[in-house]
Amino acid sequence: MPRMRADSRAKKLSGKETLSLMKRLLGRMFKSYGWQIALAIVCILLSSGASVAGNLFMGTILIDGFILPTIHGEPTSFLGIPMDLSTAIFVMIGVYSIGIITAYAYQVLVSIVGQGTQKKIRDELFSHMETLPLSYFDSRTHGDMMSVYTNDIDTLRELISRVMPAILQSLVTMVMAFVMMATLSWALLLVVIAFFFVILTFVLRTSKRSSRYFIGQQRGLGAVNGYIEEMTAGQKVIKVFNHEAATKEGFDVLNDNLCAQTTNAAKSSNIMGPVVNNLSNLQFVVLALVGALLIVGIDAGRIDPNVVNMNPGVIVSFLMLGRQFVMPINQIAMNINMVIMAMAGAQRIFEMMDAPSEKDEGYVLLVNALEDENGNPVESETRTGKWAWKHPHQDGTTTYTWLKGKINLYDVDFSYVPGKRILHNVTLYAEPGQKIAFVGPTGAGKTTITNLLNRFYDIDDGKIRFDDININKIKKSDLRRALGMVLQETNLFTDTVRENIRYGNPEATDEQVVEAAKLANADGFIRMLPNGYDTVLTGAGAGLSQGQRQLLSIARAACANPPALILDEATSSIDSRTEKLVAEGMDAIMKGRTVFVIAHRLSTIQDSDVIMVLEQGEIIERGNHESLLKQKGKYYTLYTGGQVTEE
Amino acid sequence: MSAEAALQQGTEKKEKARVLKNLAGYMKGAWTFAILAWVTVAAEVVCEVLIPYFSQFIINIINPGAEAIAQGYKVADHTGELFGMAGAMLGMAILSCTAGILAGVFSAIASARFGRNLRQAMYYKIQDFSFKNIDHFSTSSLITRMTTDVTNVQNSLQMILRMVVRSPFMMIFALVMASTISWQLALVFVGAIPFLAFVLFGVAIKVHPTFVRVFNAYDDLNASVQENLQGIRVVKSYAREEHETAKFGKVSQFIYKTFVKAERLLALNNPAMQLATYASMLVIAYFGSRMIIESGNAADGFNTGSLASLLTYVMQILMSLMMLSMSFVMIIIARNSAERIVEVLQEEPDLVSPANAVTEVADGSIDFEHVGFRYNKNSEKEVLHDINIHIPSGAMVGVIGATGSSKSTFVSLIARLYDVDQGSVKVGGKDVREYDLEVLRDAVAVVLQKNVLFTGTIRSNLLWGNPNATQEHLEKAAKLACADEFIERMQDKYDSPVEQGGTNFSGGQRQRLCIARALLKQPKVLILDDSTSAVDTKTDASIRHAFQTEIPDVTKLIVAQRVLSIKDCDLIVVLDQGEIAEMGTHQELMAKNGIYRETYDSQQKGGDFDAKDESR
Repeated sequence: MPRMRADSRAKKLSGKETLSLMKRLLGRMFKSYGWQIALAIVCILLSSGASVAGNLFMGTILIDGFILPTIHGEPTSFLGIPMDLSTAIFVMIGVYSIGIITAYAYQVLVSIVGQGTQKKIRDELFSHMETLPLSYFDSRTHGDMMSVYTNDIDTLRELISRVMPAILQSLVTMVMAFVMMATLSWALLLVVIAFFFVILTFVLRTSKRSSRYFIGQQRGLGAVNGYIEEMTAGQKVIKVFNHEAATKEGFDVLNDNLCAQTTNAAKSSNIMGPVVNNLSNLQFVVLALVGALLIVGIDAGRIDPNVVNMNPGVIVSFLMLGRQFVMPINQIAMNINMVIMAMAGAQRIFEMMDAPSEKDEGYVLLVNALEDENGNPVESETRTGKWAWKHPHQDGTTTYTWLKGKINLYDVDFSYVPGKRILHNVTLYAEPGQKIAFVGPTGAGKTTITNLLNRFYDIDDGKIRFDDININKIKKSDLRRALGMVLQETNLFTDTVRENIRYGNPEATDEQVVEAAKLANADGFIRMLPNGYDTVLTGAGAGLSQGQRQLLSIARAACANPPALILDEATSSIDSRTEKLVAEGMDAIMKGRTVFVIAHRLSTIQDSDVIMVLEQGEIIERGNHESLLKQKGKYYTLYTGGQVTEE
Repeated sequence: MSAEAALQQGTEKKEKARVLKNLAGYMKGAWTFAILAWVTVAAEVVCEVLIPYFSQFIINIINPGAEAIAQGYKVADHTGELFGMAGAMLGMAILSCTAGILAGVFSAIASARFGRNLRQAMYYKIQDFSFKNIDHFSTSSLITRMTTDVTNVQNSLQMILRMVVRSPFMMIFALVMASTISWQLALVFVGAIPFLAFVLFGVAIKVHPTFVRVFNAYDDLNASVQENLQGIRVVKSYAREEHETAKFGKVSQFIYKTFVKAERLLALNNPAMQLATYASMLVIAYFGSRMIIESGNAADGFNTGSLASLLTYVMQILMSLMMLSMSFVMIIIARNSAERIVEVLQEEPDLVSPANAVTEVADGSIDFEHVGFRYNKNSEKEVLHDINIHIPSGAMVGVIGATGSSKSTFVSLIARLYDVDQGSVKVGGKDVREYDLEVLRDAVAVVLQKNVLFTGTIRSNLLWGNPNATQEHLEKAAKLACADEFIERMQDKYDSPVEQGGTNFSGGQRQRLCIARALLKQPKVLILDDSTSAVDTKTDASIRHAFQTEIPDVTKLIVAQRVLSIKDCDLIVVLDQGEIAEMGTHQELMAKNGIYRETYDSQQKGGDFDAKDESR
């Protein structure tokens, strides 16, 4: 989605937003790295100070304090302290050493702060993302969420470890140079101030224009990359339609535009350096002339030395200090652009961090249980293979109920978007061990029902009970553990086959993993893999066939061993012959569980205990296969190959 | 070093040279500007180095020697000279500024054009790619190469264009000027330059592998985020959020540690630069002061002005070394991208039209004669093995078989999307390899399994089939494909917008639009590769019926998973593991009690309730 990224990048934040984001970011940094930042600032001050002091020494002090007095046979001094040249050089070696050591120290510190903040934000963002409700994921493209991780966080690191220190350093240098100049001569300072404003105006104007060009360039790049992505993804279609020439034309238009935009952007940022550099040369010339003319004036008695004083050493110092004062303007301007860009990224980061987590007020827990002499559950510390709901009541008592897999829905209404009703008055009773099937056209709300059972989404009205407990009272993770899922999309993870099967039940032993695989009919092909159960899957199981992937996802569900199971189109992208193998695996794990099946092939659901025919969010027919056929309603027409409205 | 290693290094070097040489070819129309950029950069450097040279005279005029003062020197007597020098320096500054601006403009043009040429060359190249070439790289890798990699190379070129000339030139010229001022003091560079070069380039070389590790870890991190996003339903339904967070934290911690390590190394650069600068300055200050004192700050000897200029040269020389090492790092980083780009540019399209190609397809008859095919030359087993079949023009043929039975491969050969390894495929009585590719593919329309619609409107998508189609044509094709009913119901009808990938249409609608698009080509052979899987049974049947009655002369091949979709075909081909297992009409095959019968029996128990919808 680079196109979208480019557009959102181009969005401009207001100054106020930028400031408040900055404040928030700095707050976080200081909280975790207070002393490191403080120390880094001290180091930056010392290192910049050493650099300015060095320049001062090379200018005024060396000439006025040592060279000229020696020539004139006067005593030499360092800032008024009598000293010979060798000693002064040693003092400077000391000053410079401090500068060098602090320069290294601050870079290391800044790297720790930058990388550390990046790591903290990244970790926090991810762990927060894991708590977000499913609606958050469903309403955004993966590309947009990915780009927060790939681009925005990295820009932030760049900001902390490069841009911020650079700005600070530039400012320190400018302030120090300014103070020194102010103590030396106010007349020459006026010249420098004048130049400062000229350069500032130029830099502001140019960077404003170049940031506009830069946005244009980003858009152009986004357009070209978007076109490349779309066309390359459809490259085979282009080939079968002989459409190569036409897409070349379309590409050239965008590419030429990008070339023009890039040229403009690069032009305007490239000219900044030489212009500012030479304005500072101009300043040099003007300072020299003004200084010299002042000396001439004083010598000729036209200027009162008490009003304006001047001597050669001051001029020479000014020539250097003036340059140090104006050159950082360019640097700061470029870095401020970076700050603005990074803040746009920070906004996206904080937006995700601020998104409210999935609420979970559930207090009914799923616990391991043993059976007492009356057949009632007793909580157990160790894994027993049996589960019970632990239900604490307001009066302080706690009751335990066996986990059975009974699921009831009473008059459930639901909408993803308020006002656009998806489900209406859905009522159903699933007894433990029953197989319930949902059929109906696309958009009838079959998947939606399963999304409600495990509380991926919360219902608008009605009630859902799991083993006669309102699911709102059950802790979400425990509810979900009680409900396995096998979806059309298999979603395997980069890890070994073994770990993938164990995914739903981290405590499963290796034997249990194999057992689950056998149950799902997956053991056979797993043993044929190069490293058997230890074969590492990559790219969501790219090396496996669709059928094999599905068998693994069934084994995963079998290993989790939940009392209830949702199978959503689990076999629809498998051809009939492979499906047989998968179906056997399915049948095996369905035994003894409450199962909800969504399938478009009627053959897979005929043996269900109850079949619900859904249309536009309502159950219009229900019953088993035979009774539905007898009804001669919708199900009958479908089964006998009648009219189906797909849309 | 062993002979073998030396040899390998030799080939590696050659390889690198080849990459650079290959890329230089895309400077077309950019060379002039690149050379102009270099010339102007050189001019800018000359001015920049000369400016401190002039400034020393200005300082001398203001700050003359002791003897001069003793002899009654007055600045007032030298204002003419002062203005002259100031004018000269001003002139230099203006020249330098002009040259700098021009260099900026020229290098901007050169690198932008280079980027454009490179993108265009790659894009054009990919248009010539066969399916095999595309499979070889994979779509996503091609996209990265054309986007990220090109941008990397273009950015580093911009940098290199300016720095590669600027830095060495400035270093040499400033060294020369420094030596003319005082060769004795310039000797300090004999120590400073090698020291700094050693540290800077050493750090760059040493830090590179660490950065490669970091970048790889970044890929892992991104992959794990992507995997997590795609599998979020699984993560949440198995309540494994904490596990995922821990997994992420591990990679993230690795990146942190490696990055800090790399930056600790990089942090040596600045202090090393300062050490070299400060040490040189102090040495020059110490000995320079003594020389000034000895000469009495004489205008014609070593004086305060000379000292100031020399100190400026220290900065210029060492800074340019720093820039050089930065360009070096840029080149290292861009090298990987450059290599990946060159790989695409050097890939030979493995399917081309023959010379003296046949430009007329006689009819829609198809023959496979002992056809054998494999995707990879090295694989042992053939994907298709000894296929023999004759399909008369105008026939309707069904192809069925399990996944992996090579149904798609079988039909792909007809449009010469791949070349056979053995035997021959004939269309209209002539081997497909004799036809002009464009002619063949115009005559053989394929609706691919992976349907793609492009951003635009329904009309613009349908026009892919035939750019000159009239509204009447469009409507007729849409009607044949049973797409008219939903198009007519839309507000803008044929001008309704289509989003990227056609995501604003359902799977069944997309498939019908793709069929209509293929029909507009008025082909002699029409191939539907599992193209109605998301269309409901009834519509599927009406489409087939329309084909039979409306386009009887077109040979139709229908690849399907549902027996219902092909049951009524004139001929049904059952593929099993790359071979024709059974062939015949529905009745004949049912009588055989083979794979077909088995598949039919397992499917006929009830139709499909709703069609499989790929959009979900």
